[in-house]
Amino acid sequence: MSTNIKDATIPSIPIKARFSRWFGRNLLRIYMIFGFTYLFIPVAYTFAFSFNDSGKSNLIWKGFTLNNWKNPCGAPEVCSALGNSIKIGLLATTFATILGTMIAFAIGRYQFRGRSSSNLLIFLPMATPEIVLGASLLSLFLVFKINPGFWPTVIAHVMFCISFVVVTVKARIASLDPRLEQAAMDLYANELETFRRVTLPLVAPGIAGAALLAFSLSFDDFIITNFNSGTLITFPKFVYVAAARGIPAQANVIGSSMFFLALVIVIAGQLVNRKKAR
Amino acid sequence: MNFTLPKVRVPYLLLFPGFAFLFTFFILPIVNLAQTSTQTPVSGGDTGQYEQSFAFSNYVNAFLDNRDQFARSFIFATFSTIFALAIAYPLAYAIAFKSGKFKNILLVMVVAPFFTSFLLRTIAWKQILGEEGFVVPTLRSLHLMGQQTTITSTSVAVVAGMTYNFLPFMTLPLYASLERIDPRTIEASGDLYANALTTFRRVTVPLSMPGVVAGTLLTFIPAAGDYVNASILGSPNSKMIGNVIESRYFKIVDYPTAAALSFTLMAAILILVTLYIRKAGTEELV
Repeated sequence: MSTNIKDATIPSIPIKARFSRWFGRNLLRIYMIFGFTYLFIPVAYTFAFSFNDSGKSNLIWKGFTLNNWKNPCGAPEVCSALGNSIKIGLLATTFATILGTMIAFAIGRYQFRGRSSSNLLIFLPMATPEIVLGASLLSLFLVFKINPGFWPTVIAHVMFCISFVVVTVKARIASLDPRLEQAAMDLYANELETFRRVTLPLVAPGIAGAALLAFSLSFDDFIITNFNSGTLITFPKFVYVAAARGIPAQANVIGSSMFFLALVIVIAGQLVNRKKAR
Repeated sequence: MNFTLPKVRVPYLLLFPGFAFLFTFFILPIVNLAQTSTQTPVSGGDTGQYEQSFAFSNYVNAFLDNRDQFARSFIFATFSTIFALAIAYPLAYAIAFKSGKFKNILLVMVVAPFFTSFLLRTIAWKQILGEEGFVVPTLRSLHLMGQQTTITSTSVAVVAGMTYNFLPFMTLPLYASLERIDPRTIEASGDLYANALTTFRRVTVPLSMPGVVAGTLLTFIPAAGDYVNASILGSPNSKMIGNVIESRYFKIVDYPTAAALSFTLMAAILILVTLYIRKAGTEELV
């Protein structure tokens, strides 16, 4: 009983209740930490093993070295594969962004006959599994005796990226305040000027986001690429093939660099947006 | 520049190049795939030579031979979609409502793992959880895991891999729809004496349904057709329909069966998706 008197002198809730209240309040925060840890474990692993002094097969930790970062093209074919992926990614992004933005403006800005079936045509490629897209396109190329390779891969990537560009840019167009364009017209800007000086700058962040999405989808694509690239090696294909006999640490260097590069681009984009907003 | 075009034509002119492209490289291939799916081998011809004979039995045979893989694809995809939803919803909720000024940074962090090639990340999981990683030996020495039990090369690993890989596809649409919720609707619910749980169940969840539908579709569809996770993290006993289609194409050069399987997969997904959208009742999807 004496302990009870001692406890009563502390003017607060018992530890257990205090903890459970704290836990309840921070539950989401704790959950968030776990969520992000889960997301980043393999990224951290990939980064750590890019410093592994591993030789050919990068399976077991053998010691720290900077050699892989000093010589990222050290392993055969890594850099040519990366080069192919970047070339394909840039071309596919350019075409898909142009075509997709035009479609997004048509659907987002105009009422016309066939608008809902246009929406359906945009939705269908996203609702088709990649393996079906890849296999069907390869069959078509084979019928026309076109050998799989660089350009068929670019075409395939443009095809599956268009829908994602349309959806992204359309969302941006839908969020625009129509009064801004009306104001421009009221100030005697003609349609072309209004588009160039008001609409386009306002939609531009959406287009940039769509282009970034298209590039990352194209750069990381394996399934469709595997069907349409023939003997051409892209970076994901290189990793997949190398996985059987051990991936060289240089692949980890490239994967990690892409991660940091993308992070810098996205954060820089955010900063530019914030500056503009001021 | 001359702008005398009648206004009606503008949307069609904008649509034309993109739709011509999609027609040639999406619709036409699908039609062509339909044709391939009913072909049979040329008698006495080389491997890979086929002729049209409207053999709809291809579909029956392809389906009956690969029932297990079909079932597995849909079961695996369903489980990874449910797990991804369970993981992503609180995450998206926390980012949308509880992250304050860190919102944009956290959002970038959801997408960031994307940029390390998904194959590298999947292989990283395989190595972390594999025989030579540190997790399995540790668990074994603590007797939390049997000496013969493994984590990789199991169906569980395949489902876990897909859950991981498609998580951003689930989180982003969820975040987008949660973020759009007017905080006043939640306040109003509190004013009407609903407790936090009731508010969440009756206000937040219904308002976030478009995100749930978009996220589950963006996860389920690629998961059902996936074969990369199954071939890296699985065993021969966890092969999915994607693995069968891939090997029919490249190893056996059996185009008609591959085409019939692809079509069956696509049809099954489209039927499920239509039923699901009807049930979930969202009008604007894309």
